[in-house]
Amino acid sequence: MTSPEPTRASRYPAGAAAFPHRHLLGIAGLAPHEILFLLDEAEQWVEHNRQPHKRHDLLSGLTIINAFFENSTRTLLSFEIAGKRLGADVVNMHAAQSSVKKGETLIDTALTLNAMRSDAIVIRHASSGAVRLIADKVDCPVLNAGDGQHEHPTQGLLDALTIRRSLRERGKNEEFNGLKVTICGDVLHSRVARSNIHCLTTLGAEVRVCAPPALMPEGIEQLKVTPFHDFDAALDGTDVVMMLRLQSERMQGSFIPSPREYRHLYGLTLDRLAKAAPDAVVMHPGPMNRGVEIDSNVADLAGRSLITTQVEMGVAMRMACLDVLTRRTRNVEGWQ
Amino acid sequence: MILQPLCIINALIQLPEGVAVKGGLRTEGDRIAAIGAGVTAQDGDRIFDAGGKLVTPGLVDLGVFAIDKPAFHFGGITRAALMPDQSPPLDHPARVRFAASSGKPDLWVHPLAAATRGLEGNDLAELALMRDAGARAVSTGRRWISDSGTMLRLLRYCAMLDLVVVPHAEDSGLTGPAVATAGEMATRLGLPSAPVEAEALAVARDIALAEMAGARLHIRQVTTRSSLDLVRAAKARGVAITAGVTPAHFMLSDIAMSDFRTFARLSPPLRAEADRKAVIAAIGDGTLDMIASGHDPRGPEDKRLPFADAEPGMAGAETLLPLTLTLVRDGVIDMARAFQLLSANPAKLLGVDAGRLEVGQQADIAVIDAERPWIVDSDKMAAAAGNTPFDRQPVQGRCIALFKGAAQVA
Repeated sequence: MTSPEPTRASRYPAGAAAFPHRHLLGIAGLAPHEILFLLDEAEQWVEHNRQPHKRHDLLSGLTIINAFFENSTRTLLSFEIAGKRLGADVVNMHAAQSSVKKGETLIDTALTLNAMRSDAIVIRHASSGAVRLIADKVDCPVLNAGDGQHEHPTQGLLDALTIRRSLRERGKNEEFNGLKVTICGDVLHSRVARSNIHCLTTLGAEVRVCAPPALMPEGIEQLKVTPFHDFDAALDGTDVVMMLRLQSERMQGSFIPSPREYRHLYGLTLDRLAKAAPDAVVMHPGPMNRGVEIDSNVADLAGRSLITTQVEMGVAMRMACLDVLTRRTRNVEGWQ
Repeated sequence: MILQPLCIINALIQLPEGVAVKGGLRTEGDRIAAIGAGVTAQDGDRIFDAGGKLVTPGLVDLGVFAIDKPAFHFGGITRAALMPDQSPPLDHPARVRFAASSGKPDLWVHPLAAATRGLEGNDLAELALMRDAGARAVSTGRRWISDSGTMLRLLRYCAMLDLVVVPHAEDSGLTGPAVATAGEMATRLGLPSAPVEAEALAVARDIALAEMAGARLHIRQVTTRSSLDLVRAAKARGVAITAGVTPAHFMLSDIAMSDFRTFARLSPPLRAEADRKAVIAAIGDGTLDMIASGHDPRGPEDKRLPFADAEPGMAGAETLLPLTLTLVRDGVIDMARAFQLLSANPAKLLGVDAGRLEVGQQADIAVIDAERPWIVDSDKMAAAAGNTPFDRQPVQGRCIALFKGAAQVA
């Protein structure tokens, strides 16, 4: 696979050295050029997916298992479509925590999946570190589709891709250096926030995180971000506003007094958006609580809201990740 | 009763105070009969040549979660205080009596009675009956009694019974489901975490209540700078409080959890580097009175899990001695103090006549090669399971012979 623009190739080493990792377990620890390589690889699939005929035979004959130990609709669908568009045989395993017991069973499940000789396993699990635990036990590449409150790397990548393409489409410099991004919401419990923080700071963006004290992780500034409690201050002059979902059980008094109080302090309204840079874009990993963390007229704001673009980029990004991680298996030139 | 007296010759004897002295040690029955330079074997004695090595009291390990004789004997431990967190908990006199006799004769187990029924923190357990069945102290196990009224009643009752109370010092309202100390590492790993102050809050409350009740308090693991300050201040004003720690908290900080290593999942969790240093300082200045293993062997079914789902605890009996000796080599403490921390002080708390090499004491004796290097190997441990965060770590110091009541057990 070659990148769409030859000039980009100089950003990273040739062949497997461009992405020397066996698994994609997190963004933390990836080098900037490795992230850029994945983003560049995804670009072609964005264009591909916009064609009427979307089926490609790149991963033809390969088996991909989506093992979801935690409920998911959109991420699972996105991975399934990504695998199928590339011609792979995709199998979904729904194993919500209730049906699959914890404990050795998790390792046993991993060994079982491994024994079925899948060529890649996509895993979501409710416990931080669970995907890594499984990855250590299997022979094929593992993609983390979200582990507890740790990481959701493909989300971080697809968000970076979305931002970069939005900059390009608006005729702007597509460098992340100096870009101001504000991530607001339940940072404490968010794997999306962590993967985005790692991704964007690695690429040189200036990241602010905003949350009430109860939802702000301790030591977050060690991740090279600036913490805010005041959303208006955090928005000041920002280029990208990334809202996080607040779980409904956390806004009934345990962390937040009520949904309307949360909206009062942290809801992204049109008035608040006006505090950001004049053409700032709005993102949300979904599913949204409209009228709580984001108002409908912001979520649907044409030209500014990238929320559906994120979903589109998600498929392309996951296609790129599946392609890159299976290159060794497929004996791709330079990747053996 | 051992009929044949034992005479250890050619020894470097670590007396309760001062530097070790050359000489011998002779037993009669299960007691020490003579110690010193002039001790010689008598006819009919069994002679053990220590080869010039260190002879110390057997270790008294205050706070273990399993009776694991091979590991204890490997580590030079002759007595272990068993935590009430058993299945079922030690909240009934019969279970205490059974536990008290379970290791004899070559390992003495001193059960700690569960403070409340089922360790649930609500109803007082039958503490006097358990005392008379062999319980040497009362403990809340790995749980905190969140109701201060219950805790005060417990402390008053134990003061009357002259039983030390050994609480777990973490405010459960703050800890909740936490498995890590709040900070950069927990944030990076996305692990449920609790602020380090959860410990200081619990320590402060329990000191206040113990003072009110006139009870003796032993906080088994004090692991943070702020809670060590509270213990230090309480001791300065004469409160009957002692405190301990396990080697993990003076050897490791929360960086050891990186890569989600569940062998580093401990209770309380590993702390920041500054707290680790504060623990070392507190061992040096006498704020901490004892070092225990917290021995809790856990197999893969408890540990080969996602970090937050794994059980806390480490197999620590084998590494207790060598890791404590690192403090001697680093000049934090001297050898005499090391064995006050490992033997004399816990024995005193438990009220047993052991832990010191003195005439009339139980002949619980370890022969130690303090310099001997070895490498911790989690696959080859004597313990029931190899869950040690010190896997592959080179250490120095090993028990080469162990006597319980003058009988050689290792």
